[in-house]
Amino acid sequence: MRFAISDLGLIDFGKAWYIQREAHREVRDNSSLNRLFFCRHYPVITLGRLARQDNILITEEQLKEKGISCYRIERAGDVTYHGPGQLTAYPVFNLNYFKKDIRWFLRQLEEVVIRLLSDFKIIAARKPGLTGVWVGEDKITSIGITVKNWVTYHGISTVVKKADLDNFGLIRPCGMDIGITSLETVLAKDIAMEEVKEKLAVKFRQVFN
Amino acid sequence: MTRVALPELGEGIKSAIVSYWYFKEGDKVTEKDDLVELATDKATFNLPSPCSGTLVEIFYREGDTVNIGEALANIEES
Repeated sequence: MRFAISDLGLIDFGKAWYIQREAHREVRDNSSLNRLFFCRHYPVITLGRLARQDNILITEEQLKEKGISCYRIERAGDVTYHGPGQLTAYPVFNLNYFKKDIRWFLRQLEEVVIRLLSDFKIIAARKPGLTGVWVGEDKITSIGITVKNWVTYHGISTVVKKADLDNFGLIRPCGMDIGITSLETVLAKDIAMEEVKEKLAVKFRQVFN
Repeated sequence: MTRVALPELGEGIKSAIVSYWYFKEGDKVTEKDDLVELATDKATFNLPSPCSGTLVEIFYREGDTVNIGEALANIEES
């Protein structure tokens, strides 16, 4: 299937959320269209549908002081953090034209990232029962999607920059006591976001075409 | 009476958790409206209403686990 890729750059989470919902309508109503958005977010904590508020470890006031916004959204999963050091990808794909299978789609998203990291000589893997991509015991990519009329939105977020890791300390990511890592941490050197983005586009095309 | 059952969501998925009801018992619903949202793995899935009518009975509440093929609700067609 074909899909058009748009780079939203550094964007407020709420704006990107709105753009996805608009795109969802377009994709649902137009069988020849699928969209893939790349972006980075200003610091934001998002809570999935069944998330527990107490997985955010600081108060609302403290979040405000730190300039971190907070959204409760319709994706699956618990609580997560996004910052400008993560590369986030939102596939708005009509699964009627790929495969109507939620697990298949989640595994394909993991495959995209495993191949991406392989290009950087990072050995990454899945963990049975724990959707996402892991390097050793640490998670490097979080996944949370919504499927409406078999059209997907929300998506995947990969931590590229080490500086983004600090704010994960403000939450219990995915409601679990897990470690989060970044490309920069694993490779012990800075990686340009543009390079990751270009490779991610290639891998999406490989896996989903 | 139309029975709203949880459809196949993919290979190996046997159940899902009800994460959100868009309507409550007694509400009028329209065909294709989002009726109920379910969560499985790291995905939420929206089930549209199969017909227009009144949502007369909800069998599973938010937080409940429901198996594929089981009835989630009954709608009295209008």
